[in-house]
Amino acid sequence: MPTERELAVEAKQLRRSFGSTQAVDGVDLRIERGSVCGVLGPNGAGKTTLIRMLATLLRPDAGTARVCGYDVVREAEQVRSRVSLTGQFAAVDGDLTGVENLVLIGRLLGLSRPAAKRRAHELLDGFELASAAGRLLRTYSGGMRRRLDVAASLVTPPEVLFLDEPTTGLDPRSRHDVWDIVRALTGAGTTVLLTTQYLTEADELADRIAVLNQGTVIAEGTPAELKASVGGGRLRVRVRDPQQRPAAQLELSRALRTDVQLDGDTAGLVARTGDADRAAAAVAELPGAGIAVADFAHDRPTLDEVFFALTGTEREVSS
Amino acid sequence: MTSYGLAVRAAIDTDVQPRKRSAIAVSLTFAWRAMLKIKHVPEQLGDVIGIPLVFTVIFTYLFGGALAGSPGEYLQFLLPGTLVMTVLLLTMYTGVALNTDVTTGVSDRFRSLPIWRPAPIVGALLGDVVRYLVAAGLVLGLGLILGYRPDGGPVGVLAGLALILVFSFGLSWIWTLVGFLARTPNSVLIGGVVVLFPLTMVSNVFVDPATVPGWLEAFIDVNPVTHLVTGVRDLTAGVSPGIEVVWVLATAALLTAVFAPLTMRAYAARK
Repeated sequence: MPTERELAVEAKQLRRSFGSTQAVDGVDLRIERGSVCGVLGPNGAGKTTLIRMLATLLRPDAGTARVCGYDVVREAEQVRSRVSLTGQFAAVDGDLTGVENLVLIGRLLGLSRPAAKRRAHELLDGFELASAAGRLLRTYSGGMRRRLDVAASLVTPPEVLFLDEPTTGLDPRSRHDVWDIVRALTGAGTTVLLTTQYLTEADELADRIAVLNQGTVIAEGTPAELKASVGGGRLRVRVRDPQQRPAAQLELSRALRTDVQLDGDTAGLVARTGDADRAAAAVAELPGAGIAVADFAHDRPTLDEVFFALTGTEREVSS
Repeated sequence: MTSYGLAVRAAIDTDVQPRKRSAIAVSLTFAWRAMLKIKHVPEQLGDVIGIPLVFTVIFTYLFGGALAGSPGEYLQFLLPGTLVMTVLLLTMYTGVALNTDVTTGVSDRFRSLPIWRPAPIVGALLGDVVRYLVAAGLVLGLGLILGYRPDGGPVGVLAGLALILVFSFGLSWIWTLVGFLARTPNSVLIGGVVVLFPLTMVSNVFVDPATVPGWLEAFIDVNPVTHLVTGVRDLTAGVSPGIEVVWVLATAALLTAVFAPLTMRAYAARK
């Protein structure tokens, strides 16, 4: 068990409501220094409210939270000088250029004018925005805005970085850019708390994941532990000849040692399995048994499945 | 790690440390930001400056002869009024700008920084002073070209401007509060127009209220804009201003005393 000093974030029974809506309903959270915590949940789960309380933007109704050892209500100023927040919507000024946005933050954080300029250009170079430095932000693409937004959070490197849905609405390339940034940050020892709707993203980046639903943490653990609790992903196979489907079903269920269901049209099969190696081996055996494979895929459990496994209720999750 | 990751890593590997800056210094930085926005988007001043300029020209020549005998004489009466109208209409843009920051999330970033809390608002108000002076300069310049000759000279004009700025500062706190409470920048703008147009039109900006019906005259008499316009007319004309100036200063102080704390509360409690 880590001691108080080793915890970057420690929340106890945090609560916050808006009118009659209980947005965060008694959340406990412990994040070790230098680790990445993924808070996973659908829209309306309370992710943003939680992160805003930890970043001192919102007062909790009840409960306590300490960030870097400081109370978020009574020692908010101390917390603010140690954390950065990158909100859900790129919080940059569209009427200013890229370099002006960063110089503004640098100046507010007490850098001299030359130091703020130097720092702005360092960050623009590092985030591959140097060629757009003099352009107004409103001409940036979504991915560029997000990169500049993260850069603005790193003008003076924080001890804890809060990232609220950093990849929502980004194209795949930009999403991987953001992932690279998070990995670089943890390599440098920064603690990161990120919220996401995507299990894949939490899986890629987080050391530990907290699953948030209707304001409470319904599961917490390493990505492996969570996936194990869900029961893994699915193997989908389509055979070329529908006549061979029963044979393929037998062959696969023997190799996977689990039930294989008929799926989709006349040639599809599906089986639940979390073990990608075994799934690959099972598919590889089909041609040897004289069965031609048209298509196959192994997908990880989706957030829907995680929720189904954890709450026992299907719910709609926007993607 | 990817080459991109390495470049990011190099950029964050720095010993730059945040340093606490004074309340004045951070406020001035926010004022600098307001200047940059004018530089990049000068058209934001267009409509509010355009309307008084057009009014000055049209009213001078349309009503000048009928109301004051000649356009030149009417201009001596009208110009201090359009000066007031121009600057007061500009005040609502304070709220529009703050609300834009709130709705785009920029305000959240500022609130999460270790800086003097009111700095974004105070800085915006400081930046506004520059916008007011630019607008007032344009109206005055046009007036001088058309034949406006204030008897108070430069000192009187500057004193009049100072009175306008003090009143605008007080009035701006209403818009900062609206800026934090309204849902969109556009609703701030609509609210601003609905309040400011009657307030500036139903005053003594264009005509001497002695000719209007009694109920309207009663409103004009208590309208703070009327007191402000009278004060500015006196100062620019080199006439010793009466109780009007006291009324204007008291109104500005009252507006600040009521709306500045309300604004700070709305700012701190923002969801």
